[in-house]
Amino acid sequence: MTRIRLAIAAALLVTASFSVIAAVTAPALADDQDFTLIERGRYVATAADCVACHSVPGGKPYAGGAALQTPFGTLVAPNITPDRETGIGNWTEEDLRRTLREGVGRGGKRLYPAMPYPAYTRMTDDDIHALWVYLQTLEPVSNAVEANQLPFPFNIRLLMAGWNLLNFEPSSFKPDPQKSEEWNRGAYLVQALGHCGTCHTPKSALGADDNDRALQGANLQAWYAPSITADKRQGIGNWSVEQLTAYLKTGANHQSLASGPMAEEIQNSSSKMTDADLKAIATYLLDRTPPAGKAPAPLAADDARMRTGGAVYTDTCMACHGGDGKGQTFLFPTLAGSGLVQADDPATLIRLVLDGSRAVATDDRPTGPAMPPLGWRLTDADVAAVVTYIRNSWSNAAPPVSAGDVAKVRKTLAQAN
Amino acid sequence: MARKLPHKDVVIVGLGWTGSIIANELCDEGLDVVALERGPWRDTATDFNIGYAADELRYNSRQELMLRPAQTTVTARNNAGQTALPMRQFGSFHPGNGVGGAGVHWAGITWRFSPADFRLRSHFTERYGAQAIPDDMTIQDWGLTYEDMEPYYDKFEYLAGVSGKAGNLNGQIQDGGNPFEGPRKREFPNPPMMQTYGPTLFAEAAAKLGYKPFPIPSSLLSRTYTNPLGVTMGQCTFCGFCTNYGCANYSKASAQTTVLPVLMRKSNFELRTLCEVLKVNLDSTGKKATGVTYVDTSGEELEQTADLVILCAFMLDNVRLMLLSGIGKPYDASTGTGVVGRNFCYQMANQVVGFFDPAKYNFNNFIGGGATGMAIDELNNDNFDHGPLGFLGGGSTRCAPIGAEPISKRPTPPGTPAWGSGWKKAMRDSYLSNLSVGCEASSYANRGNFLDLDPTYTDRLGRPLMRITFDFPENDVKMSAYVTKKVAEIVRAMGAQQSVEYPRTGPWSTVPYQSTHVVGGTAIGADPSTSAVNPFLQSWDVPNVFTVGANVFPQNSGFNPTGTVGALAFRAADAIRSRYLKSPGPLVHA
Repeated sequence: MTRIRLAIAAALLVTASFSVIAAVTAPALADDQDFTLIERGRYVATAADCVACHSVPGGKPYAGGAALQTPFGTLVAPNITPDRETGIGNWTEEDLRRTLREGVGRGGKRLYPAMPYPAYTRMTDDDIHALWVYLQTLEPVSNAVEANQLPFPFNIRLLMAGWNLLNFEPSSFKPDPQKSEEWNRGAYLVQALGHCGTCHTPKSALGADDNDRALQGANLQAWYAPSITADKRQGIGNWSVEQLTAYLKTGANHQSLASGPMAEEIQNSSSKMTDADLKAIATYLLDRTPPAGKAPAPLAADDARMRTGGAVYTDTCMACHGGDGKGQTFLFPTLAGSGLVQADDPATLIRLVLDGSRAVATDDRPTGPAMPPLGWRLTDADVAAVVTYIRNSWSNAAPPVSAGDVAKVRKTLAQAN
Repeated sequence: MARKLPHKDVVIVGLGWTGSIIANELCDEGLDVVALERGPWRDTATDFNIGYAADELRYNSRQELMLRPAQTTVTARNNAGQTALPMRQFGSFHPGNGVGGAGVHWAGITWRFSPADFRLRSHFTERYGAQAIPDDMTIQDWGLTYEDMEPYYDKFEYLAGVSGKAGNLNGQIQDGGNPFEGPRKREFPNPPMMQTYGPTLFAEAAAKLGYKPFPIPSSLLSRTYTNPLGVTMGQCTFCGFCTNYGCANYSKASAQTTVLPVLMRKSNFELRTLCEVLKVNLDSTGKKATGVTYVDTSGEELEQTADLVILCAFMLDNVRLMLLSGIGKPYDASTGTGVVGRNFCYQMANQVVGFFDPAKYNFNNFIGGGATGMAIDELNNDNFDHGPLGFLGGGSTRCAPIGAEPISKRPTPPGTPAWGSGWKKAMRDSYLSNLSVGCEASSYANRGNFLDLDPTYTDRLGRPLMRITFDFPENDVKMSAYVTKKVAEIVRAMGAQQSVEYPRTGPWSTVPYQSTHVVGGTAIGADPSTSAVNPFLQSWDVPNVFTVGANVFPQNSGFNPTGTVGALAFRAADAIRSRYLKSPGPLVHA
C-alpha cells in the first residue's frame, strides 16, 4: 500500500517536474494537447482564413505571407508558426489574445488593421484558446519576415494608437436574443472569424470600416468586392440560403462563379467549413435589412453606347454568356440580375473584361473555367460600351461606364502586374 | 548516363485522352503516377482565348497544335521496293503534340465500332466463306467482343458528354438513331445537336431513298453538362473551328475539358511536360520493364523507374517505342512473321461535293462544327451484302459541315479558272451553296502495309525514325469507288446541279491532308503470333507494359476511332485495377 502510494507520489512528482520544465523551457507548448480542442483550433484558423495572409503560395503554411498592398504602403503578414526566433514561439496565449482583441502584439507592438483585429476583437475566448492551442502544434518554421514596409510616417507603429482612438474599440460579439441560434452563429462567423467586412465594407479615408454601410461593397484597388447585403439589385438578395451556401462551399452556384480574392477565400476557408456554418452565414446575411436606395433607370436600348456595346457583346461575349445574359450554369456566370454587374462601382466588371480571371476549382466543382483577357483587343471605349450594355440589358440597371473609368482600371492593373 | 529519379508506381508516356483517363483511374487506386508529355502544357483558360482560338493562319495553316517535324517525323513509302523519305511537313495526317494530344484538335465525332468489327475475320468467314477474304488481307479478330467493350464505351461517352440518339437500346431498335449500332445499355448523356440546313436536307433526301438518317454522335455538346467527375462543359456555339483548333468554349470534349481539372488536383499525380521518352528500359531478362529514360528541354537524360509503364502517346510513337525498346518481335513483311509494326492501316476518306443553285440554296457553311450533322450507316462495314461486290468493308456516310474557314475553304466546281474574275465569280456563287457529304471508310490490313524503324533517317536525338510502308489495298479502293457512287446518288437527290466525286484512289500520297486516323502496328488479339498485346492491352512479352491507343486496332473500321480509343483506355485501366494489381503478371496465358 505504502509502496503504491509512494510510486504514485513519485510519478506525480516526475510529472509535475516535467510540467515545470516544459513550462520553463518551452512555453510555446500548450498544456492542453486535447485532440478535439486542437481540431477546433484548426477549424477556427480555417474559418478566420489566417493562412491566406500568413503564407505565400506554395510556401509553408503560416510561415509568413506575401506583400499586401494597402493604400498606405506595403505590409507583410508575419510568421505565426511557433519558431522562437522568427515566429511566435516565445509568445504567451495572452499575447495572442491581446493581438486579436486589441490589436496590440507582444511587447505592446501596435498592429496595423490590415490584420483584421477590428473583426477578431469579437472572437470568443474559447475560440482564441483553441486557436492558440492549434498554432502551438504547427511545425516551427524559421522565416524572418519584415512585416512593416510602410513609408514614413505610416511606418511608425505608435500612430496606430491614435488610429485606434478614432476608429477602434475593443469589443465582443453580442448575440441578438431575438434571433435564432443559427442566425447568431452566422453573425459571429461573418463579423468575427470570417471578417467579411475587411473586403466588403467600404472604408473611411483613414482606412477604417464604415460600419454604417457594412458589407455594402468596397473598392480594393484592383478589385471591387461587391455588396453582400440582401439588396436585390446590387447585392445577393435574390439568392436563396441554399444558393449562397453552395457558392461558399463550392465556388459556384446557379448564377455565379468565384474568382479573384473570393476564389482564394473559398479555396482556403469556406470550402472547408461545415455545411451548418455556411448555412448559418447565409441565413444571417440574407436576413439583414438591405440598404435603402433606388435603382437608376436603365439606359435606353437605342442609346449610342448601348448600340455599340451590344455589337461588342454579340461579337465577343455572347458565345459564352448567351444572348439572354443567362450564361451557362457552373461555367459562364449569369449577367442578367447579377449584383456584381449592377454594382455602382464597376471596377471588377471592367477588370474581368480587360484581364480575365479564373474561377476557383474545388473538389465539388473542379472545372475552374476562365474568362479570357480581352483588354488586348478592345479599346477603352469598347470596354466602356460593352460594360454599359451589360449593366443595362435584361432588366439590369446601373450607371453607364466611361472610357475614363476603364482607363483607370487599366492603369491600376498595369501597376499591379 | 541518365540521372536516376525517385521511383514511381506508374509512368505514363503521353498525356492525351488515354493517358489522362488511365492516370485518373490509377490515381483513384492510390498509385503514385507520373506522366511524361513531350509537348507543352495546354489548357483552355490560357491557350484557347476566344479572341484568337479561331486564328486559321496560326492553327490550320501553321499547325500550331501539331507535332513539329523537326521534333520528330516519319519516313514514308508505298511499298517495300521503294526508299522511304522523311515527311518534312505533316500532310496526310496530323499527329498531336502537348497535353491533350490529338484530342485537342480533333473534330469530335464519337462512334462505337460495330459488333462485327471486333470479330471481323470470323464474321466475314461465317457470312461469305474463308475464300472471300483475299490472301494478303491480314484482318483479324480483336480477342474480345462488343459486349466486353460496352461498359467502357458507356464510361467514355458519359465522360465526354457525347450528344446523340441511341439506335439500339438493349436490343430494341430506336427510331431516329443508328439502327445498325450494337446494343447500348442506356441513352447518350446528351440529346443530339441541332441540325443546320445542309444536314437537314441530306437527311430528307437520304430518307426518301430509303436510308435511315440519324444525328452524328458528337463530343461537341448540345447543352451544358457536368460529367461524372464533376467537370462542367458548355454548349457548342457552332463557331466552325473544331478540327485543327482547341475549343475556347469548353464545348468540345478533350482531356482538358473532361479529366484534367480533376486529375491535376490529385496529390499522387505529377505531370512533366516537354519531356520526351527515349525508350522503355528492360531488365536483364527482357521480360520486365524497369521504367523509362527520357530527355528534358535542357537535354539532360533522366531515368524514371516505375513498376508499370503505360504507353499512351500518339499511335505511331507507341509503336516506335515498342520497337526502340525491344518489346515484342518486330514484324517482317517478307515472311509475315513478327507482330510489332504489323497491320498498319489508315482510313479511306471519300467525299462527294455538291454544287447547288446559288439562287435557291444557302447553306451558311461557316455555321458548323466538327461533329454536327446527319449520317447514315447503310453503306458502312458489313451493313450491306458484299457477296456479289468483290470487296469487303464500307464507311459511315455523313453530311457534317465543319465550318468554312476564310483562308482554306475555296469551293469551286471543276473547270473553274484558277484566278481572275472567273474564279471570283465561281467562288462567290458556290461559297454558300456547296455542300459536301463524306464517307469515312474502313481500311483493312494488308500483308505489305507495315511500320518499322528506318534504316537511314534519325530524329534529333539520334533514334531511327518510324518508317511507314503503305498503299491503299485493291479491296479498299474498290470499296471506296462503290460507296462514293452511292453517296453521289444522295447528293443528286438533294438537288445538286453538279456532284463531284472524290473516291480515295491509290497510290497513297503523304501530301494532301486525308485523315489523322492512322491505326495499327501493335494489334490487340488472343493469339500472340499475330498480336502484340493481349485483350487487356498488355504486352504479351513484357507484362508490366501496357499500350493504349489506335495502335492496337488490328484494322480500321468505317468509323472514326476516338470513341473506341477512349473505351480502350477505360478497359485497360479496369484491367490494371481489378486484375493486374491483385496479381502482377500476364493477365492472359496463351
